[in-house]
Amino acid sequence: MKVTSFHFMPYRDLPEDFPRGLASAWVDAPWWEYGDADKVTDFYNWSIDELMLAAKLGFDGVGTNEHHQNPYGFMCNPNLFGAILAKMTRDQGLEDVALVQLGATLAATSPPIRIAEEYAVLDCISGGRLIAGVPLGLGCDANISYGITPMDQRERWREAIDLMLKAWTAKEFFAWNGKYYQLPKVNLWPRPVQDPHPPLLVPGAASSSTWDYCHDRNLPYAYLSYFGGKSAYNVMDRFWERAAAKGKDANPYRASFLQVVGVAETDQKAEEEYAKHVEYFYHKLLHQPTYQIAPPGYADYKSLLNILKSGSKLLQFGDLSVELKPLNAKDMIDKEFVVVGSPATVREKLASMAKGLNVGHLMVVLQFGSMPHALATKNIELFGREVLPHLQQIWEDKSWENPWWPKRLRTRKVKQREMATA
Amino acid sequence: MAAPVIKTIPIKHCNFEAKVKTAGSGPPLVYLHAAGGPIWDDFVEGLTEHYTVYAPHHPGTGETVRESIYTVESLWDLVLIYDEIFDALNLQSVPVVGTSFGGMMACELAAHRPERISKLVLLDPIGLWRDDAPVAPYMLMPPDKLVATLYKDLSSAPVQKALQMPDDPDELATVTADLVWALGATGKFVWPIPDKGLKKRIHRIKAKALIVWGEDDALVSSVYAKEFAARIANSRVEIIKDCGHVPQVEKLDIVRPLVANFLAG
Repeated sequence: MKVTSFHFMPYRDLPEDFPRGLASAWVDAPWWEYGDADKVTDFYNWSIDELMLAAKLGFDGVGTNEHHQNPYGFMCNPNLFGAILAKMTRDQGLEDVALVQLGATLAATSPPIRIAEEYAVLDCISGGRLIAGVPLGLGCDANISYGITPMDQRERWREAIDLMLKAWTAKEFFAWNGKYYQLPKVNLWPRPVQDPHPPLLVPGAASSSTWDYCHDRNLPYAYLSYFGGKSAYNVMDRFWERAAAKGKDANPYRASFLQVVGVAETDQKAEEEYAKHVEYFYHKLLHQPTYQIAPPGYADYKSLLNILKSGSKLLQFGDLSVELKPLNAKDMIDKEFVVVGSPATVREKLASMAKGLNVGHLMVVLQFGSMPHALATKNIELFGREVLPHLQQIWEDKSWENPWWPKRLRTRKVKQREMATA
Repeated sequence: MAAPVIKTIPIKHCNFEAKVKTAGSGPPLVYLHAAGGPIWDDFVEGLTEHYTVYAPHHPGTGETVRESIYTVESLWDLVLIYDEIFDALNLQSVPVVGTSFGGMMACELAAHRPERISKLVLLDPIGLWRDDAPVAPYMLMPPDKLVATLYKDLSSAPVQKALQMPDDPDELATVTADLVWALGATGKFVWPIPDKGLKKRIHRIKAKALIVWGEDDALVSSVYAKEFAARIANSRVEIIKDCGHVPQVEKLDIVRPLVANFLAG
């Protein structure tokens, strides 16, 4: 299994009573009341350091993403961070680490060839280590913060992906006369190192349209849920059913799963150390109502009807701003929204989740919520030393190919790197 | 009275198959529904007593194919679709009644083809913008806040009737999906701010206009009544007291004769 250390770069120091009366932590949280640029200087730098530590410890990838106008995570352009990581990993001899950009939001960037260019830059600086995430973008980001019409977003996204792929690969000038984008002459400089282009990765929530999109184009899917492996079966089982229906094999590398993880010396210590950060993450940063995640028109009619008819059978929660509040850290650990425990516990739970969901890529979030840099460092180190090497062996006994990982990084790391920080 | 029928009208523009709910007898009248999708309420039913009411369904809503909204790319497309619907129905000079989003569309049609609209009834229309009185972001609200923004008195009988939802879970899911989709399909032409150039075109309107506004409209403030009135030469404002965004539901007894007299006059 390929394991990526994923970072959202959250605001780590919201007041105890946040979100007070705010309808949402997203868009609605005033910077001038909650933000402090001097603190953010540390948050950004710590986050980069935490990803670099993961790279040194032998993680297969480091991951960043794009969000706007909120304290949950505000890497407004993941490629700014990807560029730093590309250069630093190269300079430090860590050229077996993939850059998992999960990613820049094509549909909210105009013209989207800007992302095609930035991704090509990352692939060049890193020497061919880019995984090009193509997120649809959340409603709160694309529709509210960036003003994209919800009804247009999915079509824009599809068109933008087609445009990016053609811009990367065309051996001729071309004019793009699309529905949403018109460009008179495309001749992208630079082009990616990877041939024909970096592997794409499609993140998603539970939209059946996105599963179909992946299967129709033989693309991998990253299920981004904060509710753990137990609640992911509803979605992943259907993802695999759709794969089978469309004649695709059950290659686990078609799927990625995201998991929040906290490791300490013992289960009890882990619970003590991570509890308040778990609550901060779920109660403050995920304080977000449904209408912001998916404004009307955002989900296509078929997916909308599917979600409404399945109710809680498909998605455990509707309104995160209300339904998560009654749960404390213990509840969320018990329900395995978060995997928190000793290295042995975490190993066992993640291994069983990966096998159960049939996922070949795991993205772990090891700094979450208010977790300070020192604790994040400890978490990454413990995970890197005592959990990671075991997880990386999963699926190795099978003969699945992984065409969705950068070609030059496909051979498994045989042993963990020596720790630079040890 | 005969039950309403759905007329199917193939439209060349955008290859859209229009659906127009039709009932009543007498001279023609066009009714344009709000952002939540087609509704055939007591107000519309009342209009059928004296008029042949044509109520086109916005692309993607009502009886139309849900995905048809994708082919309608711009407000210009939408206006031309209506123009072709009017052609097909042979409506040369017709009164148009529009509510909220439908009010905006009524203004757009009347600005585009001033001779084609004989009279305009605007019930709390959107389409203009004032920074000091922003239109409420009705697409970004939980259901309870949305209904509280729409109606002044949620406990009143007509509002309760308007808010009724089916008990059957499957039916409820479909009705909810249709409502959300209608907001998205109409929202396509007003996102993220319902100010898409009507202010540049509205002076072209020649029709005599009745502008009706709920005094306590929390979605689009009644201060907008005078904004519309100032721009439409031959217009008159009626402010309905103790009323929200939907006067034809909340104060039907007042609105019905107002509209009837205006149309008859």
